[in-house]
Amino acid sequence: MAGFLPKSGAESTGYRGLVGPLLLPTWVMVGVFLVIPVALMAIYSFLTKEFRGGVIWDFTLAAYDQFFFNRGLFGDEPPSIEWTYIAIFWRSVWQAGVATLLCLAVGFPTAWFIATRPAAQRGVWLFLVTVPYWVNLLIRTVSLKFLLRDNGPLNGSLMSLGLIDGPLPLVNTDLAVQLGLFYSYLPFMVLPIYAAVERYNFALSEAAADLYASRWVTLREIVLPVVRPGIVAGCILVFVPSLGAFLAPDLLGGAKTFMIGSLIDEQFKGSQGNWPFGAAVSMILMTLVMIVLILYARAQAKAERRS
Amino acid sequence: MNAPTVDIRNAVKRYGTVTALHGVSLSIADNEFFTLLGPSGCGKTTLLRMIAGFEDVTEGEILLFGKDIARLEPNHRPVNTVFQHYALFPHMSVIDNVAFGLKMKGMALAERRARAGKMLEMVHLSAFADRLPAQLSGGQQQRVALARALAPDPKVLLLDEPLSALDLKLRQAMRVELKQLQEETGITFIFVTHDQEEALTMSDRIAVMSAGHVQQVGSPRDIYEAPVNRFVADFIGETNLVPVTVEAVADGRATVLLPGGHRMSCAADAGIGPGAHHLSVRPERMNLGTTGDLEAVVERVVYLGTDLQLHTHLDGGQPLHVRLQNSARADLPAPGARVALQIEEGAARLLVD
Ligand SMILES: Nc1ncnc2c1ncn2[C@@H]1O[C@H](COP(=O)(O)OP(=O)(O)OP(=O)(O)O)[C@@H](O)[C@H]1O
Ligand SMILES: [Mg+2]
Repeated sequence: MAGFLPKSGAESTGYRGLVGPLLLPTWVMVGVFLVIPVALMAIYSFLTKEFRGGVIWDFTLAAYDQFFFNRGLFGDEPPSIEWTYIAIFWRSVWQAGVATLLCLAVGFPTAWFIATRPAAQRGVWLFLVTVPYWVNLLIRTVSLKFLLRDNGPLNGSLMSLGLIDGPLPLVNTDLAVQLGLFYSYLPFMVLPIYAAVERYNFALSEAAADLYASRWVTLREIVLPVVRPGIVAGCILVFVPSLGAFLAPDLLGGAKTFMIGSLIDEQFKGSQGNWPFGAAVSMILMTLVMIVLILYARAQAKAERRS
Repeated sequence: MNAPTVDIRNAVKRYGTVTALHGVSLSIADNEFFTLLGPSGCGKTTLLRMIAGFEDVTEGEILLFGKDIARLEPNHRPVNTVFQHYALFPHMSVIDNVAFGLKMKGMALAERRARAGKMLEMVHLSAFADRLPAQLSGGQQQRVALARALAPDPKVLLLDEPLSALDLKLRQAMRVELKQLQEETGITFIFVTHDQEEALTMSDRIAVMSAGHVQQVGSPRDIYEAPVNRFVADFIGETNLVPVTVEAVADGRATVLLPGGHRMSCAADAGIGPGAHHLSVRPERMNLGTTGDLEAVVERVVYLGTDLQLHTHLDGGQPLHVRLQNSARADLPAPGARVALQIEEGAARLLVD
C-alpha cells in the first residue's frame, strides 16, 4: 500500500513519519471489511458441517470434495467428477454474460446519448437514469415478475394487439433471469461508459471523417478503442455481481435456471444448510472472478508493452 | 481548368442568433499558399470547418473545382485537415496514424506502410514510427499531424493554427519547412493563423478577417504596404495612426493637413473625401531631420539591438513610434528633446475609417 504513495513528495516535505498513522483508517477499513470476512469465509470452507446449520471446528476438505467429486450416495464409491455444481457455474457464467451483453447493447447508446447532450442537460439525464434505483432491488425484481407473468401487462397487451394467441411463457425462463439481471445492473454499465465518452475528444471523429472514414468505421476504429476502458469497467461491474446474484434467478427463474447465488443462499438457510459448502462455493466463485480479472489485467499490460 | 480550386461565394454562418461569418467571398487558386489571418474569434476556424465539411453553410455556397460541395460529407471531400490540436489517434502508433487515411482509401497494407514511411521520412520522424502520440513532443506531434494529412495526397490541405503550440525557434523552422513542402507538393494550402508575421513570411496571398468579414485580400506586400482600412493597417505590423484633415482631393491625390500645421500630398483611394481621416505611417518609414512633416517630443529611447525605437508624442498628445536603424549615430535625441520627423516619400497612407 505504502508503495502507491508519491514517495518523493512524502520524503522531500519531511512528512514521512506521518504516512503510517495517516494510512491507519485505510488499513482498518480494508481489515474489517475485506480481510477478516474473506479469511472467515476461507476458514469456514475447511470446517465440518453441523446438521442444523453452523459448523464443527474440525478441519476437512469435505466441502471442496463435495463440489468437485461424486462418491456415490453413501460416499464409498470411487470418486468421479461431480457435474452438478460445475453446470450451475457454467449456467451462471452464461446468464451473467448474456445480461452483460444486454446491458452493453442498451447502456452504450444511452451513455453516448447523455454524454453528447449540452453540458447543462447531462446532470438531469444521469439523474433520470438512477431514479428507478432508488427503489429496493427486491421490489423492482418482483415488479418485473408481475410485468412478465402470463396474465401480466406485457402478455396482456401483446394478446389484445393480436400479436400472440396465448401468453408467452416468460417467467421462470432464462430470458426472465437475464432481463432481471440486466435491469438490476444497467446503471453500472451506463455510468463508466458515460464517463469515458464524456472525456472522448470528438475532434478525433472529425479527423477520422476527414481521412475518409465512414461513420461506422469511425465508431469501430476510433471511438470504441478509445473509450474501451469505460466499456471494460462497465462489463466487469455488471458481470461480476450478476455472476453471484440470487434475487433475480430466485424470483424470476425456475429450477432449471438455478445460479451460484441461489446455491450459496440455500446453504445458509434454515436446517437444510451446509455452511462449509456455502463458504467453499463462495471461495471458488471468488477465485474464478479473480482469475478472469488477472488474465484481463495481464492481457492489458501486454498490449501496452507492445505499443 | 479555369475554375478556382476553392471558391467561396457569399458564405454566411449563423449559430442560432450569433453570426460568425457575414457573407465571405474568396477565390483560392491552384497551388496557392493562402492564409486566413485575423484576431481570435473572427471566424477563421469556422470558415475552415465549412470547407472541410464539419459545419454546414447557412447561406451562400462553397465550390471545389467548380462543384458545389454542400451535399458532400467530410469523408467524401478531397480535402485534408491539420487540426489546431492535432487530434492524433491516441491508441495508434505514429505510423498507423499516418497510414489511416490510406487504409480508408483502400490501399493495400504493404503499399500504405511504404507511403506512410516515406511521409514520416519527409517530416524527419522515421525513428518514431512505432511510438504512441503521447510519447512525442508537441512539435513532433504537429509533424505527425502534417504527415497524416498529406499522406492521402489531398487536393487541398487545411491547416488550423498548426504552429501555435510550438516555441518560437521551432515555429520559425517549421514555417520554412511548411513553405518548402507546399512548393514541392504543389498542394493548395489554406492556412489559418492569428500571427501576422507567420502570414507575411509564408503566404502567396492573405485574407485579413475581422468579426466575420474579410477586410482585405492581397499579397503580403499589398497588405503591409497598402492596407485598405484602419483595421488592416493596425493589425498588420506596427503602425502609427495620425489623425489628419483632408482639405482637397484631386486626380487621386489628397492635400492633407497634418497636426502641427504642415501640409503634405499623398495618394487617395476612391472613397476618400475632404474631412477627418487617419494617416497610417509605419515607424520605420520616418526619419529625423532638421525640418519635417511632424514635430514631436521624445519620451523614451528603446534600444533593440539592430534598431532603435523612439517613443514620442505629438503636441496634441497622440503617441508616435519611430524606428531608426542603429547606425553609428552620435546625435541621439535625449528624452524631452523636440524632434522633426520626415515621412518617406510614398510611405504615408490615407485610410478609410
Ligand atoms: N458552435 C458554436 N456555437 C456558437 N458560436 C460559435 C460556435 N463556434 C464558433 N462560434 C462563434 O463564432 C465566432 C468565430 O469563431 P471561430 O472559432 O471561427 O474563431 P477563430 O477565428 O477561429 O478564433 P481563434 O483564433 O480563437 O481560433 C466566435 O465569435 C465564436 O464565439
Ligand atoms: Mg480557431
